[in-house]
This record gives sequence, structure tokens and C-alpha cells, in this order.
Amino acid sequence: MTIATSVVRTAEGDGFTPPGPHDFDLPAIGGGHDTFEMFGQTFVLGVTKPMLQIVLAGILVFAFFYAAARKQAMVPGRLQFVGEEAYGFVRNSLGRDIIGARDFARYVPYLFTLFFFILLNNLFASIPFIEFPTFSRSGMVYGLAIMSWVIYNVAGMRRHGVGGYLKLQTVPAGIGGPMLLLLIPLEFMSNILVRPVTLALRLFANMFAGHLLLILFALGGEYILTEKAIQYAPVGILAWVLFIAVAFLEMLIQFLQAYVFVLLNAMYISGALADEH
Amino acid sequence: MQALLAAPLAKAEELNPLLPHVVEIALSLVVFGLLLFAVWKYVTPRFEQIYAERTHAIEGGLAAAETKQAEAAALMADLEQQLADARHEAARIREEAREQGAQIIAEMREQAQADAARIVEHGKTQIEAERQQAVTSLRAEVGSLATSLAGRIVGESLEDDDRSARVVERFLADLETIEASQAAGGGAS
Repeated sequence: MTIATSVVRTAEGDGFTPPGPHDFDLPAIGGGHDTFEMFGQTFVLGVTKPMLQIVLAGILVFAFFYAAARKQAMVPGRLQFVGEEAYGFVRNSLGRDIIGARDFARYVPYLFTLFFFILLNNLFASIPFIEFPTFSRSGMVYGLAIMSWVIYNVAGMRRHGVGGYLKLQTVPAGIGGPMLLLLIPLEFMSNILVRPVTLALRLFANMFAGHLLLILFALGGEYILTEKAIQYAPVGILAWVLFIAVAFLEMLIQFLQAYVFVLLNAMYISGALADEH
Repeated sequence: MQALLAAPLAKAEELNPLLPHVVEIALSLVVFGLLLFAVWKYVTPRFEQIYAERTHAIEGGLAAAETKQAEAAALMADLEQQLADARHEAARIREEAREQGAQIIAEMREQAQADAARIVEHGKTQIEAERQQAVTSLRAEVGSLATSLAGRIVGESLEDDDRSARVVERFLADLETIEASQAAGGGAS
């Protein structure tokens, strides 16, 4: 169908199909063509590539850290050292420094797992032969964002009780009177309603846009080099050079987005556990 | 042809990437949940345990080293104390010996002086006694000699100088004889 489309478009004088959301809508593996309707949109029914990736990421993260932690040697080997450093990084810079020495231990496994799970899924976008960011599928991110939302709210409610927690999150300290009528809904919105949305969109949009950009440079460069006249070739080569540069930028962003997602999780938990101002 | 033309158009309007695939939401939660469970159970406790053990080992090593150092310092101080004591003791003994020696010398000197004084005193006393005895015997002898001389002189003529001179000479000669044999000289004249 794609070939047919490009043929038709070439006939119309516009031969390049720009990459778009349809590039993220991968077909079911095994070639099934079943679909289902939801939210007024048609979805592929079946196992898709990102689904396999997320399972693979789970298996790899566990396998790596299990192997690293297995020996428990006092003087660590190379693998154990890497595992300990990775664990210590999340534990100390994301857990202890943000949640605080009193409560952090309880949340370290969650933050640790979350960071390396997201990181590996993001890195899949740059790993040859996989080259697709799992979290450019919004559903994947929504799951994690919902989970984050539940975890920090439950943490706060267990610490302060439901009423105490809502007061902590919505009533700013040192303000009284009619201003509260304005501030309470605003605080409620920013602290309870908007957080999971921004959390999800930040990760999803970064992965989506980054991958889109890569596809654009790759396909655009290819199109110019193969379909256009020879004098346009430098532009095509420039596009490919940019493709490589952006690919490196993407690797930074993949790390940063995983870091930010977990950092915000830690900050939300820390805010939920905070004592009354 | 109709389908071919419709296809890209439909794709462009149908896909909203923000709308989630529900299976993906469920799958991500299940996979993450399982991973979290496994990591929580098998990975993080081991890392924490290694950290704790290592911290403990390092702290234990430091504590042991501190104890050893303190022990060594105590031993050192003890030895220094002993050395100082010994030196002090030696100095004291030397001082004592010196004092004792000085005292002994002083005593000896005193004793020697006392002895000397006593001997001198004794000598003096003896001399005095002998002198006294000599004086006594001399006095008696002189008296008798004077008496016998006077008797002789009186017995002869006192007018004649020659005679008196002879008497005196004879007397003196008698005396010499007396000195030679005391009893005979006095008796003969």
C-alpha cells in the first residue's frame, strides 16, 4: 500500500511521503490484520514490536541486575561493580537526596526499577535492529504515569490520612481567607490532576518526536539521494550527517527523559511525604 | 484506484498518537509490576546487604585499628613511664649514696678528731701528772740537799772564800755523785 501511495503521489508531482504518526502504528507480528475500534480509532489487534520490546526490557533489566547482585562479593568483580554503581546512583542521587534519609529506603526498589526500565526502553530507539522507542507508544507511557500517580498519592495518604494529605497538597501554607477559594482548586489541579498528564506527555512526546526526527532525516536524505537530481546530493548527505548528529542527541535525551521521569517520581513522593509546612 | 487514493487520506486523519492502545497500558503495567517484584525480591536486598556488609567491614576495620593504636600508645606510655621511673630511681640511689658517703666521711672525720683530742688530752694529763710527781720529788730532794749543803757550809768556816768555794764545789761534785748513785752520794757527805 505504501508503495502504491508513493507511486500515486509521484504521479501527482509530490513523491515524498513525510513520516507521521502512521510510522508508529506498527503491524502485528506474524502478519495478522485484525483490528479493533476504540476512542473512535482503529487499533491493531495482536502482538506488536513495542510489546515485545517492553517484555524484553523487563527480562534484560532483571537478568543484568540479578547477575550483578548474585555473587554479593565483598570485593566486587566488574559486573557487580557496574551493577552496584548503577544501583547506588539511583539510590543516592534520586532516592536519598530527594526523598530524604528517613523514608527513601522504601521507595528505592521502585525508583531503581523504573529508571532502568525506562532507560533501556528508550535506548531501544538507538540499538541497531530494534530502533524503535517503546515509549513512543502513548499507551506504554500512560501505564507508567498512572502507576506513578497512584504510588505518590497512596504514599501521602498513608502518611497523613486522606484528609491530611489533601490539605497538604492543596492548601498553601500561610494563606487564609478568600484567597484559598482561588488557590485550593489551582493547587489541586497542579498537584493531583495535571502531574500524571505532564509526566506521561513529557516522556511520550520526547520519544515520539525524537524518533520522528530521525525517520525524517533518514528517509528525506535517502529520497533526495535516490530520487532527485545529482546536484541535490550534498543536501541529502547533509541530511544524513544531521541524522547521525541527532541520533547522538537522542541518546542524551533518552537518558535524560528516564532520569527526569524518575526524578519527578521521587519529588512527588517526597512532597507527598513531607511534614505539614 | 478509489481505495488507493483513500488510503493515505484515511491514515492522515485517523491516527492520533495520544490515544492509547489499551493493551499497551495493561502490558506496561504488568511487565513493570513483575519486574518490580523480581527486583524488589532478588536484586535490591542483595545490593543493600553488600553495602551494609562493606560499611560494617570498613567501620570494624577502622575500630580495630583504633583499638590497636590506642593499645600501642598505652604500652608506649607505660614503657616511658617505667623508663622515667627507673631513671628517677637510679638518680635517687646515686644521690643517696653520695649523701651516705659524705655522711660517713664526716662521721669518720669527727671520730678521728675526737680520738685525736682524746689522745692529746690523755697525753697532757699524763705529762701533768708526771710533772707534778717530778715537782714533788724534786721539792723533797732540793729541800734535803739544801739542808745538807747548809749544814756543810755552816759546819765549815763561812769566812774563808776558798773554803766556801771548796764546799760548793764539793757539794756540786757530791750532787753529781748523787746523780750517779743517788743514795750513796747523800749518805757519804
